[in-house]
Amino acid sequence: MNIIEVKNLTKKFNGLTAVDDVSFEVKKGEIFGFLGPNGAGKSTTINMLSTILSPTEGEAFINKFNVLSQKDEVRRSIGLVFQDPSLDDRLTAKENLRFHARLYGVPKEDYQKREKEVLDLVDLWERRNEVIKNFSGGMKRRLEIARGLIHYPAVLFLDEPTIGLDPQTRAHLWSYILKLKHEKEMTIFMTTHYMNEAENCDRIAIIDHGKVIVLDTPDNLKTKVGGDVIRMKTGDKPSLKKELEERYNIEVKEEDGTLRIEVANGDQFLPHLFNELTAKINAIELRKPTLDDVFLHFTGHAIREEEASDKEHMRQHMRMRRRT
Amino acid sequence: MQFIQTIYTIWQREIIRYWRDKTRIISTLFMPLMFLVIFGAGLSKTLATGNFGVDFTQFMYPGIVAMSVMSVAFFSTVSTVWDREFGFLKEILVAPVSRVAVAIGKTLGATTIASIQALILLILAPFIGVTIHFVIIPQLVLFMLLLAFAISGMGLLISSLMKTTESFGLVMQVLIFPMFFISGAFFPLTAVPSWMKVLSYINPLTYGVDAMRQILLGNQVAENILSVLSLHAISVNALFLLGFSAVMVSTAVWAFNKRA
Repeated sequence: MNIIEVKNLTKKFNGLTAVDDVSFEVKKGEIFGFLGPNGAGKSTTINMLSTILSPTEGEAFINKFNVLSQKDEVRRSIGLVFQDPSLDDRLTAKENLRFHARLYGVPKEDYQKREKEVLDLVDLWERRNEVIKNFSGGMKRRLEIARGLIHYPAVLFLDEPTIGLDPQTRAHLWSYILKLKHEKEMTIFMTTHYMNEAENCDRIAIIDHGKVIVLDTPDNLKTKVGGDVIRMKTGDKPSLKKELEERYNIEVKEEDGTLRIEVANGDQFLPHLFNELTAKINAIELRKPTLDDVFLHFTGHAIREEEASDKEHMRQHMRMRRRT
Repeated sequence: MQFIQTIYTIWQREIIRYWRDKTRIISTLFMPLMFLVIFGAGLSKTLATGNFGVDFTQFMYPGIVAMSVMSVAFFSTVSTVWDREFGFLKEILVAPVSRVAVAIGKTLGATTIASIQALILLILAPFIGVTIHFVIIPQLVLFMLLLAFAISGMGLLISSLMKTTESFGLVMQVLIFPMFFISGAFFPLTAVPSWMKVLSYINPLTYGVDAMRQILLGNQVAENILSVLSLHAISVNALFLLGFSAVMVSTAVWAFNKRA
């Protein structure tokens, strides 16, 4: 059964196409990841699916409800964790949850049961009566996840859930997200630009410049790269590149001042290289493909955090400050 | 039913936030009390030599109550701008609830907080030398509520048009003092230049001050003195405040719906 169905979704802002003819389905119980650099159209897509923005063209259904014509039903069907914090700092954890439950029309008796359930899930039950001002960034995120679950949504949207958190907190948060999947069979739609996080998804859609470039499981995507990745350092790139292309008829890409090729069986290919090449190699690296390679393979450029613009840096900085 | 529950939920949050901020409660009380004690003590002696006919603290008290209702109501509606800045507004806006209910809840929250403030000033009145007869308390409270509601609606309208707390603060700075001074709080508006009179007619504070003063002084001063000090009949004041509230709240709801 499909919880999310997206057909030819398009969003234009003043002639600029942020999301370009995107179609996909998300099945019940899976973690579906939207992977792409900042500005690729991930948040715009989430905003359209959560009825915050209206699509320019195309349509989308959440839990069989149309995001354009059945907004309230869609809103009741989704739990949202925004990229930026959205808790009331002056309320306690419990009060934040109660506020949300009341707005979503959760009956009182149900709410009392669910309160413990969702707070236990994110290990915040003990601290339910504290004003959250002094919560750490990770705790606030966990509380936001708990809040997003209290009305029992059909799907949980996580927009860059780990942004602005330190690596340890990130790993922790992921253990909660995976727990959610396994214990509650929750459908999760998330966006990220961290490769190692995308690995946890059941399926990934790689999105770049508003378009879905490819959609598959992480393993299948890696297989599509074409086996193993070999990177070489050399003092004379043009001649090495030329020789590789002519002798083995393979595509050679430049990356960070090194040359890289993708071959089916790297361990058997390396001896050939050593015996046959005349160009000089200073260093060589052989590895299994990662999602970074997948991204590079399909989009032609690497995904990097440095790509974040000054504005993004400022927002991240603000976010960190707010979270502390 | 969900409509009422939404109003209640939004209202309750405002009240909790107010109650948690004890410094704010104390500091917002400080200003009106200072006005009453210092101005009262300083000016009543000077004015006693003239032919004013009314104790100045007594004269000024309704104006000070109105001023503190205004500043607290404005200050409370700033929460909408904060919510926008700190992201909480998003949480409210994606909820499956009516935005009209959200706007009403916000207005009622600010109204309640401003009324609490006024009630505290009412309780403190005897201690700073203001005489209040028990019989007029219901009338006085009614006008405090009306004024608080009108100003809260106005505050919500402004805050739903503002994007940042800074711009909201700026607008408030520009509004609060002129509104206060042209409300008849310090001097009767019966003998002022016509431009000031015109401005006072569109100032909701004027009507609150005028009504409360007539109620307060009604059984303390001679009728001829009171008629010199007052502008409109009490019922006219009530009607204006009701009408003003209706316009403000509905415009605020519209603006909130549009901008948020």
